[in-house]
Amino acid sequence: MTKLLIDGTEVDVPAEFTLLQACEVAGVEIPRFCFHERLSIAGNCRMCLVELKGAPKPVASCAYAVKDCRPGPNGEPPEVLTRSGTTKKAREGVMEFLLINHPLDCPICDQGGHCDLQDQAMAYGVDSTRYGENKRAVEEKYIGPLVRTAMNRCIHCTRCVRFLAEVAGVPDLGAIGRGEDMEITSYLEQAMHSELQGNVADLCPVGALVHKPQSYNVRPWELSKTESVDVMDAVGSAIRVDSRGREVMQIEPRVNEAINEEWISDKTRHVVDGLRMQRLDRPFLRENGRLRPASWAEAFGAIKTRLQGVDPKRVGAVVGDLAGVEETFALKALMAAIGTPNLDCRQAGERIDPAWGRAAYTLGAGIAGIEEADAILLVGANPRTEASLLNVRIRKRWRMGPLPVGVIGEPVDLTYPSLQLGAGPETLADLAAGRHSFAQVLKDAARPLVIVGMGALARPDGAAILAAAAALARDVGAVTPEWNGFGVLQTAAARVGALDLGFVPGEGGLDFAGMTAAGGLDVLFNLGADEVEVAPGAFVIYQGTHGDRGASRADVILPGAAYTEKSATYVNLEGRVQMTNRAGFPPGDAREDWAVIRALSDVIGHRLPFDSLGALRRALYAEHPHFAGIDAVATSDAVASLERVATLGGSTQRDAFRPGVADFYLTNPITRASRVLAECSGLARSRGLEAAE
Amino acid sequence: MLSDQDRIFTNLYGLHSPGLEAARKRGAWDGTKFLLEMGRDWIIEEMKASGLRGRGGAGFPTGLKWSFMPKKSDGRPHYLVVNADESEPGTCKDREIMRHDPHLLIEGCMLASFAMGAHACYVYLRGEYVAEKHALQRAVDEAYEARLVGQSNVHDYPFDIYVHHGAGAYICGEETALIESLEGKKGMPRLKPPFPANMGLYGCPTTVNNVESIAVAGTILRRGGAWFAGLGGKNNTGTKLFCVSGHVNKPCNVEEEMGITFRELIDKHCGGMRGGWDNLLCSIPGGSSVPLVPGEQIVDAKMDFDTLRNLGSGLGTAAVIVLDKSTDIVSAIARIAYFYKHESCGQCTPCREGTGWMWRVMLRMAEGRAQKREIDMLLDVTKQIEGHTICALGDAAAWPIQGLIRHYRSEIEKRIDRYSANPHSDPVPMAAE
Repeated sequence: MTKLLIDGTEVDVPAEFTLLQACEVAGVEIPRFCFHERLSIAGNCRMCLVELKGAPKPVASCAYAVKDCRPGPNGEPPEVLTRSGTTKKAREGVMEFLLINHPLDCPICDQGGHCDLQDQAMAYGVDSTRYGENKRAVEEKYIGPLVRTAMNRCIHCTRCVRFLAEVAGVPDLGAIGRGEDMEITSYLEQAMHSELQGNVADLCPVGALVHKPQSYNVRPWELSKTESVDVMDAVGSAIRVDSRGREVMQIEPRVNEAINEEWISDKTRHVVDGLRMQRLDRPFLRENGRLRPASWAEAFGAIKTRLQGVDPKRVGAVVGDLAGVEETFALKALMAAIGTPNLDCRQAGERIDPAWGRAAYTLGAGIAGIEEADAILLVGANPRTEASLLNVRIRKRWRMGPLPVGVIGEPVDLTYPSLQLGAGPETLADLAAGRHSFAQVLKDAARPLVIVGMGALARPDGAAILAAAAALARDVGAVTPEWNGFGVLQTAAARVGALDLGFVPGEGGLDFAGMTAAGGLDVLFNLGADEVEVAPGAFVIYQGTHGDRGASRADVILPGAAYTEKSATYVNLEGRVQMTNRAGFPPGDAREDWAVIRALSDVIGHRLPFDSLGALRRALYAEHPHFAGIDAVATSDAVASLERVATLGGSTQRDAFRPGVADFYLTNPITRASRVLAECSGLARSRGLEAAE
Repeated sequence: MLSDQDRIFTNLYGLHSPGLEAARKRGAWDGTKFLLEMGRDWIIEEMKASGLRGRGGAGFPTGLKWSFMPKKSDGRPHYLVVNADESEPGTCKDREIMRHDPHLLIEGCMLASFAMGAHACYVYLRGEYVAEKHALQRAVDEAYEARLVGQSNVHDYPFDIYVHHGAGAYICGEETALIESLEGKKGMPRLKPPFPANMGLYGCPTTVNNVESIAVAGTILRRGGAWFAGLGGKNNTGTKLFCVSGHVNKPCNVEEEMGITFRELIDKHCGGMRGGWDNLLCSIPGGSSVPLVPGEQIVDAKMDFDTLRNLGSGLGTAAVIVLDKSTDIVSAIARIAYFYKHESCGQCTPCREGTGWMWRVMLRMAEGRAQKREIDMLLDVTKQIEGHTICALGDAAAWPIQGLIRHYRSEIEKRIDRYSANPHSDPVPMAAE
């Protein structure tokens, strides 16, 4: 710890702190543009200059370490002055330089209202200009469908360049030219090759990079902001849903150190227009082969009629990828009341049984825990598309120091070097038998991490593969009471919550494939499962938000609420319980899903014992206490459940692992309704074709 | 005046062969092994005793700089980097060393590397120095062939020397930008601290020295630091290569004692002022980046670091640019401002934005198309750049203009008056539509 005087206040900070951090400890705000906590230090904007007593010139506080400060002649602590004339003059000078070539187009700039330059010009600038020459003009660049450029406004802080190079791991942006001709560009006028590109617009301190899909649509002061959780993948990124009136206008990241730090994927951010399109805003009934709008009473009536006299064993329910815990709980209760064991939530067909314990279907090490891993094996998992922000964490860990990453499955570019060990279960067997050199790497690691993805589990021999992976994890010492280095990479937001509820076939019950097969059931209740084909025959009640695959195969459609329109609980892939908040109301006649199920239960004569969300949650928490621990990960006995899985045995086939997510941009009904994501998907596909040539 | 016995660069003008045989006859590589056997500390002490100050412009004591290198390696290799990116306008001394006396440089590299525990040395050459690259490479090849350097050489100190050719950017003469460029990155200065002696090339302890500072090391050690310290004045010892250009009768490169007066330098070596001493307007004594000094102040001034600093200028690289009264001094400084605008790397704000601003204002002032209040504004802008940038290029861009305003404000005002006294049909500004 080092003592330091900041504007006369004495602070005691670690020697490796920068002056900027020390100033923050002292409660002094330092203006900055290029500095960002999660990026490397560039020190190029010069806005954070402060006077350091004894230094010949002002120093960049973002880059100057406390340990480099020299004490006074008599051993006085070094003194930093942030309000002195020198500091003030330096700031005003830098601000003037930044503004001379910056266009005065705040009224038409999308950044207006949340612009760092605007704010800091107010706080640290002067009120008039002395610059009489012509301003610099810079050509606009094309850097993809998600980020619009207005390069006249660029102040060359290089945050975007550093983000892409360091966090996203793609070298797509850089600066060309020298001096005042320096320009940020992709050079080839190509879209950025990243699933995190939207973040560069967040990082841009000015309006040079703004979000293209919502450009000229919103002003920050018109928006009401709701803190919520993302459901586009199982990561559960913290988001802020900004809405105007009843419409969601944009989704921005929120800081959650345990999950997404402060990044979100493009799918999370740009699904916004999908929330408006193709919405189911009233119940529908199929009559003479065609769906027609109906009232709630008609829809419920039709269901009641169809259920009469049906053997409960011929009734079943499936849950899709976006359902919250509340509606899943309500549906499970309803099915229990009807008396059917036919339940399933494992839409991808993954062979997971919640009876094996929670450690067998979550990532026990946690996303933040990846930073402690020292060797990683990915089995049939491509974290870049299945959980982009988890991939960011692995990359972050790789940047900290050597990290061997082995991949069994399709060769993929993970943005960090990885070893392609093999394609399928045989390689896993080789590893388990110690016939592969990577087995030794895992053994030598103090905290190895084995991640099994949907590509390995969603196949008939999935359980055997999970068992083999668990056995390997056990043999290399991946799971100890201190470190849980075995996990499953879930891809659906609803899955862990539904598995926690035990929404799987009961005694003699049919699973997903059985229920959706021809002749499997008479009545199928489908809660938002759109990724499966339901064979003709069964009467399908589809409850969901979008007119997608599930709705087109429905006999009755019950319109529900999307994740931005309800308060619902989701459990992310590490087992963390989180809750969304309502940013707006569902469109038209659509209602919150739990309420729809509750109303239906009344009509069909199995009234559920709760009539408010609060009552439902009380019942839920009574049965499953861990759901009450919002933002917490319930502990489970990882060693025991690993042991249990490892001894499952079973034989594996020879097929290679298929990707768990075929198209990153189109994974659920909301994304498929989004025009923006469709464009991204098309671009990614055409790029894939290009690369294949 | 420097006697011939005290000259270090005896083949400065290329009158003799630059080859190894001839260089040996002139004294290079003489007793190098003996010098190495004297040990690291002795070399550094002798260099300190010689009072040699860095010849690249800043004038930092060379021996002291060498002593900053860690005494023991912590596992990382040490590097010596020789800055041969000689791009300062007016400066052409290193060029002659590499063309005609390359073996002095190579020997100096060996000695300096030994003194700081480096086994590899990189010479970073300016992109435009093609002939110099060939000349230096030839000499390096000769040295390898004669086993003077290399992994197993006659000096029993494994040492490799690499000649690296830059791409022609002024900023790569800044030591950390040079290191970046050498690493294959864009030549942009690094933030300091950490200093190169701690984290330099590839993150290893590195010392960056000017060609001349290294090339004189061999002779200094052979003849003793005391000999070198005996030349010149206190704190400004030794001999120095002066590059005199501009309005003198015979512009030249010459090795002279530090502290020679301006008048003597011009009269003895350059055939005097063009049009006599009364025709002297001013001089830029240290390459384009130092402020100019008016004729009456510089004419009898000693050419050394401290005297010129007291005159509000600097010795810099000792590139003496002499300007006579035919010079349009405002245009001349405007041209220098253009140079810095062109060579600013664009990394940090004040220099990137400020150099262009200053140049544009200077351009107008050269015509007189400006307001008198803009002179103070321009001065203020230079002060806003100076000391606020990552490297010294911002200072270098600001100083010439500060020097101009300090000494020739009346000239600018006269021009503005003349311009405004005459009718001008200024183009009517058109809105961009």
